[in-house]
Amino acid sequence: MDLKDLYRDVIVDHNRHPRNFREIPDADRRADGFNPLCGDKLTVFVKLDGGRISDVSFNGSGCAISIASASLLTESVKGKTIPEAEDLFSQMHQLLTRDDIDIDVTSLGKLGALSGVREFPARVKCASLCWHTLDAALHQQEQVSTE
Amino acid sequence: MNAVHAVASATGAFDVAAIRRDFPVLERTIRGLPLSYLDNAASSQRPRAVIDAMSHYYENSHANVHRGVHTLSQEATDLFEGAREKVRRFINAKSIREIIFVRGTTEAINLVAQAHGRPNFGPGDEILISWLEHHANIVPWQMLCQQTGATLKVAPITQSGEVDFDAFAALLSPRTKLVALAHVSNALGTVIPVHRFITAAKARGVPVLLDGAQAVPHMKVDVQALDCDFYAFSGHKMCGPTGIGVLYGRESLLNAMPPWQGGGDMILAVSFDETVYNTLPYKFEAGTPHIAGAIGLGAAIDYLETLGMERIAVAELALLAYANEQLATVPGLRFVGTAPEKAAVVSFTIDRVHPHDLGTILDHEGVAIRTGHHCAMPVMEFFGLPATARASFAFYNTRAEIDRLVAALHTAREMLG
Repeated sequence: MDLKDLYRDVIVDHNRHPRNFREIPDADRRADGFNPLCGDKLTVFVKLDGGRISDVSFNGSGCAISIASASLLTESVKGKTIPEAEDLFSQMHQLLTRDDIDIDVTSLGKLGALSGVREFPARVKCASLCWHTLDAALHQQEQVSTE
Repeated sequence: MNAVHAVASATGAFDVAAIRRDFPVLERTIRGLPLSYLDNAASSQRPRAVIDAMSHYYENSHANVHRGVHTLSQEATDLFEGAREKVRRFINAKSIREIIFVRGTTEAINLVAQAHGRPNFGPGDEILISWLEHHANIVPWQMLCQQTGATLKVAPITQSGEVDFDAFAALLSPRTKLVALAHVSNALGTVIPVHRFITAAKARGVPVLLDGAQAVPHMKVDVQALDCDFYAFSGHKMCGPTGIGVLYGRESLLNAMPPWQGGGDMILAVSFDETVYNTLPYKFEAGTPHIAGAIGLGAAIDYLETLGMERIAVAELALLAYANEQLATVPGLRFVGTAPEKAAVVSFTIDRVHPHDLGTILDHEGVAIRTGHHCAMPVMEFFGLPATARASFAFYNTRAEIDRLVAALHTAREMLG
């Protein structure tokens, strides 16, 4: 367990320069995510075109893991259909929580950079907050909290 | 039982190396690195004397207290009541009738809210607290307000993290039924000059509760000199066990309060027509108490008194001064809470490095600190911060540990800043 497994270059880069860190004023869907334990707060905005996510963004405050994870999320789900995004959510959930199964990280692209998080159980919720928030937005719930 | 290493040093200089040998956990390593435990405001560690006192009790003298005439029951009762007397002496209460064993500070405050506040407060009445309070000194009063229709008033704080006395005094009114204040802020370390606040409240005949969870471990507390009406604190922050704490209450007030939980031990006689409650302090101790916890707390008090509370305070304030000086050299570090009088707690943020990441990175260097809102979300909101990092020191900490903290902060900045 090395700190460099957690704070990989991709994570550090996305924390310093988060992508799609903005509001979508005319978003079709939005949801707020809150982690009461550490105070992380994110809002995820989704613009839909037919059944497809044509634009996705986020803003808020949080630790490096939660900001980088949200930034990577926006890059990875843009252009995907809702079922495709949900499939990615379940793959990410496995990546972050299951250390007993091998997950093909290559299919996840840059998101694979988050695979080190599962070695740090206290930080799993940081990485998954944005995914739960996206899921809530897609299911038209307004708030989600990772207790 | 093992000898207390620190005893030998009690007459001479404050020998931290000897003191550290009294604390078994300080010998452990974290990923091969020595542990620097700087999270004492959350919970302190225990000396072997406390662990041994509890083990010795369980191995030799355990039985239920205040029941039966057999030898073990007598021994357990003597040890348990002996611990109560140690607590009484430690905080200079007049009588053991004023010392109620509870689970901790939180339960003590809830007891006062429910047994003193609920029967006496109503719509139009006010409870006055400060913006600095731990959630344990906020939420029980909010619940009480919902139950009784009373109103919660909050005295504001200043940018340095001190309670604004003038604003506090202005909020005192004929409607104020209780003042509940922290003695020392857990989030920032501010020592509240409680004498001034108590005097102002007393001038209006308002009873005062002090949340002493962060004060009792670090300074000499004398409830008679303070002239407070209730004083609450926890064992686990003062080298004692978890699950045991104390409510001190002025006897006249405690006598006027109904019990808050019913059951065994808190009664003199029970029939279906009438139940006669026990006398103080047992009226507020329903059920079998945390006997080993009380005994462990008594042993913790013995240990602290061996070192001397004044000497503990001097040692900890020297660590605080050193930490302030060293942390000030870290670029981008901002102190949160800069009151002139503080306990050995430093709350801070570092530009572009979230406290949660600091916590993980420091842990990798073997340095344990608290990160988050410290159960004081209104304080965080006041400073416009989601969280801070907090290092809190005990008398067994060293300058070398503070050096390791500072070095780890530099690592964190290089990694994420």
